[in-house]
Amino acid sequence: MIGSLAALLLFQLAGEIVVRLTGLPLPGPVLGMLLLFAALLARGSAPRVFNDTSRGLLNYLALLFVPAGVGIISHLSRVTDEWVAITVTLVASTALAMVVTAFSLRALTTGRGE
Amino acid sequence: MNRLAQVWVYIEETPLLWLALTLCVFWLAQQLYRRLGEFPLLNPVLVSVVALVVILAATGTPYEDYFDGAQFIHFLLGPATVALAVPLAGQARELRRYWRPIAIALSAGSLTAVASAMALGWLLGLDSQTLLSMLPKSVTTPIAMGVTEQIGGLPSLTAVLVILTGITGAVIGIPLLRLLGLRDPVAKGFAMGVAAHGIGTARAFEHSERAGAYSGLGMGLNGALTALLVPLLVWLFGL
Repeated sequence: MIGSLAALLLFQLAGEIVVRLTGLPLPGPVLGMLLLFAALLARGSAPRVFNDTSRGLLNYLALLFVPAGVGIISHLSRVTDEWVAITVTLVASTALAMVVTAFSLRALTTGRGE
Repeated sequence: MNRLAQVWVYIEETPLLWLALTLCVFWLAQQLYRRLGEFPLLNPVLVSVVALVVILAATGTPYEDYFDGAQFIHFLLGPATVALAVPLAGQARELRRYWRPIAIALSAGSLTAVASAMALGWLLGLDSQTLLSMLPKSVTTPIAMGVTEQIGGLPSLTAVLVILTGITGAVIGIPLLRLLGLRDPVAKGFAMGVAAHGIGTARAFEHSERAGAYSGLGMGLNGALTALLVPLLVWLFGL
């Protein structure tokens, strides 16, 4: 488990280093994910402990967003001043993006064995 | 009394209190969500954020003090993002087969997310700083904050709008798509990831492993695309 955690952190570190060296407009962890993805494809399969550790971490993904979310407290006045426009924009735009993505993917994959 | 005051001084200075409290609050929120039949509006992230904001406001604690403790949880977002590669690699065969529909659906969804926020926010008269901070709302916090900084918005406001978008997507996503007659877990998951990043992905994993894997893919790809798209649109429309 420690080995798996170390591997995840090393891939993140590699991502951060490459981003800083190349100036790619991507956050380090996202590049780390792409690097790990390439490594897993090249290797064929990951050791079981590694899969279990990763899944364990992903089971608590929702919790990890709480500290940033509490940051709303620093913007309470702006958010309460504009709450109607913010809510309408956010909800409508999110719903629209979701519907467009889901239905374009379904339209493009039906009849192809999906 | 004197001793009690000393204890309080100690507690206030250590990150332990807010770290422990964040975990407790989230645990309780999760229990609540499960006990009440996973009612969408009781999303654990939403309930935890509201509860912690109330606690901070009631005790007059500045966000910076809270974050001193909670940063240990926040830090794990990095390795967790990297870990998304694991379920994704499990879908490698399907990915090779469907890369073209995925690329098209991603572009359509990503453009819709940014352009609709831009149009609606402008029509509804959002303050220009709020509007700029809103544009990268559909992508994961670290990418969104980087984009906002680049276009001259408020990164910390973006973090909040991103979380609110994720919560919105997690709450409305599955019921909305079901209502419209969509059953395919791949399309559902991918859409949750594109429109509602990691929080949508966490929700998609609850739905099924397959939906979660595609959601992680949608989130990763849209993060990269949005980082390019938002600065371009801002430049085109002269915001």
